[in-house]
Amino acid sequence: MGWIGGNLESIRSLQTKQALTQAVNLGLVVTSALILWRGLMCVTGTESPVVVVLSGSMEPGFQRGDILFLHMNQDPIRAGEIVVFNVDGKDIPIVHRVIEVHERQDTGEVDVLTKGDNNEEDDRLLYPYGQLWLQKHHITGRAIGT
Amino acid sequence: MHSYVYRLNTLVTFAAVLLAVLCCAASFLDAFNSPSVRAHAEVIKVNRFRKQLSGNDEVSLTLNISMDLRSLFTWNTKQVFVFLAAEYETSKNSLNQISLWDYIIRDKDHAKFQAQVASKYPLIDQGSNLRGKKVEFVLHWHVMPSTGRMIVDKMALSKFYLPEAYT
Repeated sequence: MGWIGGNLESIRSLQTKQALTQAVNLGLVVTSALILWRGLMCVTGTESPVVVVLSGSMEPGFQRGDILFLHMNQDPIRAGEIVVFNVDGKDIPIVHRVIEVHERQDTGEVDVLTKGDNNEEDDRLLYPYGQLWLQKHHITGRAIGT
Repeated sequence: MHSYVYRLNTLVTFAAVLLAVLCCAASFLDAFNSPSVRAHAEVIKVNRFRKQLSGNDEVSLTLNISMDLRSLFTWNTKQVFVFLAAEYETSKNSLNQISLWDYIIRDKDHAKFQAQVASKYPLIDQGSNLRGKKVEFVLHWHVMPSTGRMIVDKMALSKFYLPEAYT
């Protein structure tokens, strides 16, 4: 009876050890994924370094479901660039092209107008009521590749 | 010895890594493409030049555009987005860039053409500075690849002086 009890104890402690090891391994995997993601955010300078295209407004260049790589730096925004922005109060990022840029002489601030390649109209309808332009702080990133 | 799942896992990982490497290689090879672009744009007619009720100047033009962008296309090119921007300076703004016309070129065969086009988007100033203004036409192109980095470039074409008076 003694050796049965001894064996059961050793089996249980082995299972516990295995379970613990697996839990720690899982924790390590999750943590390293998080570190990688945060590191990418740091390197590219945007909050969302990789986005998925949600609508068909940039077809045929970007299809729904395409993955875009974003980057953000202090370079001035110029016409033709594909930018990602959030409309005030909405969570969904919009990926469209800049068609107009007006840059102030004194402050360097820019007024930007965007339009989806596949849309007939520019994005003024998407901006909140009364807002005619996007400013730099609205823009969270520039698309650099797919 | 090795289970199905293990082998499948190894295979999928290898395929994913290979795909990533191929995508990077495709994009890398694009950098060796040295294109030579030729283009020309001139204004045929000023359709409309007026001051809006808001106080901003508005211009609408008809242009004659010709270009040869065939050398931009590689096997990795999905499309080329080309647009003609009117660029000018005012006392308030150091730079104004307004896209007048854009077009998506899907393949090399359609990359050389000549067309007479009316400006797709109106040139509206922030203010009333356009009378007699010197405007430069710059052709911009964005080469969008099937996979990899986008290539962006531009070429200044010609200058144009807007009329001194509204039409």
